[in-house]
This record gives sequence, C-alpha cells and structure tokens, in this order.
Amino acid sequence: MYSEIVMNHFKNPRNVGKIEDADGVGEVGNPVCGDMMTITIKVKNDRIDDIKFQTFGCGAAIAVSSMVTEMAKGKTLEEAMNITSTSVADKLEGLPKNKLHCSNLGADALHQAIMDYYARTEGRVQPKKRKREKVEHIGRREGQCYCPYCDLELPEEVPTCTLCGKPTVHRHE
Amino acid sequence: METIYLDHISAAPLHPEVKRAMIEYLNNGFGNPVSQHRIGDVAMEVLEGSRAEVAKLINADSKEVVFTSGGTESINHAMKGVAFARREKGNHIITSNIEHNSVLKCLRMLERLGYRVTSVPVDEYGLVDPADVKRAITDDTILVSIMHANNEIGTIEPVAEIGKVTRERGISFHCDAVASAGVIPVDVDEMGVDLLSVAANQFYGPSGVGALYIREKTQVWPLLDGGLQEDNRRAGTHNMVGIVGMGKAAQLARQEMSQRMEHLLQLKRAFVDGLGAIDDIFINGHPTQSLPNLVSVSVSYVEGESIVLLLDEEGIYISTRSACASGSLRASHVLLSIGRDYATAQGTLVFSFGMINTLQEVNRALEVLNKSVETLRNISPLYKKKKEG
Repeated sequence: MYSEIVMNHFKNPRNVGKIEDADGVGEVGNPVCGDMMTITIKVKNDRIDDIKFQTFGCGAAIAVSSMVTEMAKGKTLEEAMNITSTSVADKLEGLPKNKLHCSNLGADALHQAIMDYYARTEGRVQPKKRKREKVEHIGRREGQCYCPYCDLELPEEVPTCTLCGKPTVHRHE
Repeated sequence: METIYLDHISAAPLHPEVKRAMIEYLNNGFGNPVSQHRIGDVAMEVLEGSRAEVAKLINADSKEVVFTSGGTESINHAMKGVAFARREKGNHIITSNIEHNSVLKCLRMLERLGYRVTSVPVDEYGLVDPADVKRAITDDTILVSIMHANNEIGTIEPVAEIGKVTRERGISFHCDAVASAGVIPVDVDEMGVDLLSVAANQFYGPSGVGALYIREKTQVWPLLDGGLQEDNRRAGTHNMVGIVGMGKAAQLARQEMSQRMEHLLQLKRAFVDGLGAIDDIFINGHPTQSLPNLVSVSVSYVEGESIVLLLDEEGIYISTRSACASGSLRASHVLLSIGRDYATAQGTLVFSFGMINTLQEVNRALEVLNKSVETLRNISPLYKKKKEG
C-alpha cells in the first residue's frame, strides 16, 4: 500500500517529541478524520535549528510528519515556508490518493509553527505570507466542510474542520 | 517469520474438505442443473444436495433456500425484494443503527424511491431493545431488518424477541446472519425470521456464494431477472463449484460447531484476559452475548491503521475499523453508535480467530500489540496531553 520510504519513516520516525521551550508551535488536524499533528521549532539566526513532532494518525500521517521535520531542519524560515504538502508527498515517493490530503498535514503544521514564531517576535520584518495552496478537496455542502476523499461529512456536533482545525462554517480559498 | 492470521472475518482459508469437494467437482462435474438431459440431472442432484445442507444449517426447509452470489446479494434481495413486493401495503421500514453497509445502503436507495426508514438505537453494548422496534411500528411498516450478530463488535441481537413482535403484526422480518451463520447456532423458526442472509466464506466455504432463506409465502420480488433458476426467485446460471463448496462447508459447520465454538471461546477468553495489561482500552460489544470468534478493541490515543502496519511487520494480520486502511476514512458508524468518540473509534482493531489459531499465537499477538501501542503512544500528542493532565 505504501512506498518503501513511507514505511521507513513510519517505522523509524525522525525528530519525535516536543521542544519544551519552543520558539514556535503549530498544531493542525483533529481526531475526527484520524489525524492530528503538533510541530515545535527552535529558531536561531532565522534558521530552524531544531524541530520535533508528535502525531496521532495513520501510517501516512506519521511518515509525513517525520519527513517534513527532516526537510525543514537547518533551513531558513523562508525556505521552510516553501515546503508544501506536494513536495513532502513527492519526497515520500507518493501517497495513496485517499491519504494525499487528509493525512498530509505536515507542511501546514510547519507553517503554523513558523507563523507562531513570527507572531511571538512581532515587530521584526516578516516575509510575505505564502499564498495558500489551492485546496481543491475541501468543498462546501450546506455550510460545512467535507472532504470527498475521506467521504466525511462533519456532523454539527463536531466543531472543527478537518483541514485547518477551525470551526466548520467557513470557506477555504 | 511466523505468520499469525487473526483476520478471519475478512477472509478465511477453505476447510481442506471443502477444497477437496470443490476440486472433485471441477474435475468431474460441469452440467447445468436446469438442462433436461442426464448430465443436467446429475448437476441438479449435486445442487439439491448442497441446498439441503445449507437448509439443515439454519433449520429451514430446502425449498426455502435460494443460492446467491454472497451476503451482499442476499441482503439486497431481501431488502429491495420485500420493499418492492409490499409497496401497496406500505412504505415504512425499520432497522438499527449498527447494520452492515449492505443494509444501510439499500435503505438509502429505498429512501430515494419514497420509502421511509426508522433506525432504532443500540445501547453501549450494541444491543437493540425489542421494545424500541415495537414502538417504531406504524400501520405502514412492511419490513424490519435487524442483524443477528454484528460483524464489527460481535454483539448478538435479541432476534427471537423481535421476531415475535413482527409476527404478531404481520410484518416481514429480515435478519442479516452473515457474521453468525455457520459460527453459532442459527434457527430460522426459533428466531421467527421470514428472510435470512448467509455467506459461505464466514464458515470456511468459498467467497462469491451465499444463500437467502425465504420463508414460504413471504412476498418478495427477485433481485435478478432472467431465467427460471431457483424456482424463479434468482435468475442466472448456477455457480456450481461455489455451491458445492458452500454445501460441504455448511455440513462441516453443523457437525463441528460445538467443538469449533469451544476452541474459539478459549482463544477469545485468553486474548481478552491478556488485554488487561494495556491501559486505556475498551473492549467493544457485549461481554457474553457475542460471537466466539471476534474481539473488537478500541485503543485510546493511537490510530488503528498504524497498529495494523506495525503488527503486519511482525507477521500478525488483523483489521481495523478505523476505515483508514480501507477506501473511506470515516469513523465506524457502529462504534459511534455505541458511544465511542471519534478519536477512540479511529483507534479500533478487530481480531477474529479461526480454527488454525493456537493459544501460543494469541499470546504472541498480545505481546506484539502491547509493544506497538506503546511505540505509537510515545509519538501521539493526545497521549502526551493526557499524561500531562
């Protein structure tokens, strides 16, 4: 089902854990879809000096988290902002179609951690916010997010969107 | 690497005697049972022999058994067949919240055609309350469909009590017995059912063949139209090799049932006892009123597919109902119905035992499961949050 490199990262995940005095924290996903990811970063001279992740999710989600931390480590913040879910999936030599979106939250978590770092160090010059990749899989149906890949219509009592973790009644670009 | 197969609910190896009977038929038989010559007569004899075995397994009369292509077809036949045949009488159907997708999707389709569906809830063990079924009945109710044993959590429903209710009111009662027939005793008279679905692959028979029991005088339309096979109830040339296999499997299941159940229960008990060593898990389903061959366990703070992958690495094969491993990533409706939250439902595993399994295998599976859960919990942010309070 998965490529060798996905299985390698799943079985021996890199950079597992949580940096206690992190400079930035990114948290995405929710357990409804079965995937949640937390990324913590340490920044030194505008570079990602250290990065760790924790993930609740399937094999793909764990491999994605591991890969994204490996890709980001040592990069400048600007370079790290250019890591996308597509580039992570490519590095993993592809993911099954139904995992391409829902389980591929690593880049989002990384970007959130970086934005969190910028927010904390406000006043500094921030690079232009990267334009969000087009999220074709999220549509709107009767005011709720849904994802045709996981065929998940979120019932009302579920308060958050599977993609961004925000309340469900909103539109993705 | 030692192979430990604990996914018998998905597929099971053929019983050696079933395989032998099928090969024997492949080598020597080929006739069409509806032909009017001697070769056809020989095939007809084989067909009726198999039918008699399937009938005996569920305590039915031979002429009330229709061969189908498996559980899904049997269920579709029963649901749609009764709904269409009794349309003049009413348009209301009652079911439960934990039925198999075959039932649920039939009903979704029937709803689009104007039928009304009431789905009764289940308790924390997955049990339907017959009183709920009784309350849901209206003058328009034509069909009740409740499963015998649930395929995900193993709970056995109080079918006989529901059968009494439907009989009193003259409502057709279909029971999905795919997970139970051939595993535990099934008696169509005791259960009071009018239709009952069976699949051969649940009791060491081949996949692609099943049966639908239709009580005499039950109004039901055919699902497949065409030739006059199966007394005009199911058209299509018979899958003779499959039917031979199903007949043999039914015979063996009936003869060996009590010793099979004893063996499976012993494995199940040992497994459930061993699960006590893992924190924060739930064993789903009723503690006693459940299938002997299946244990459903929800492991908090981890996702099911990742456990399946780690066990796979160690040669242990199980399945998940997090559905993450299958096409849909939706959490199981059965687990949500018995009150599991989304995250816990995603961390659910199904261990289903078979006659090839041993106690040593069960112990090894427990050991590897314990280790895998620990590994994944160490990565999980949910587990970290819990530990930090």
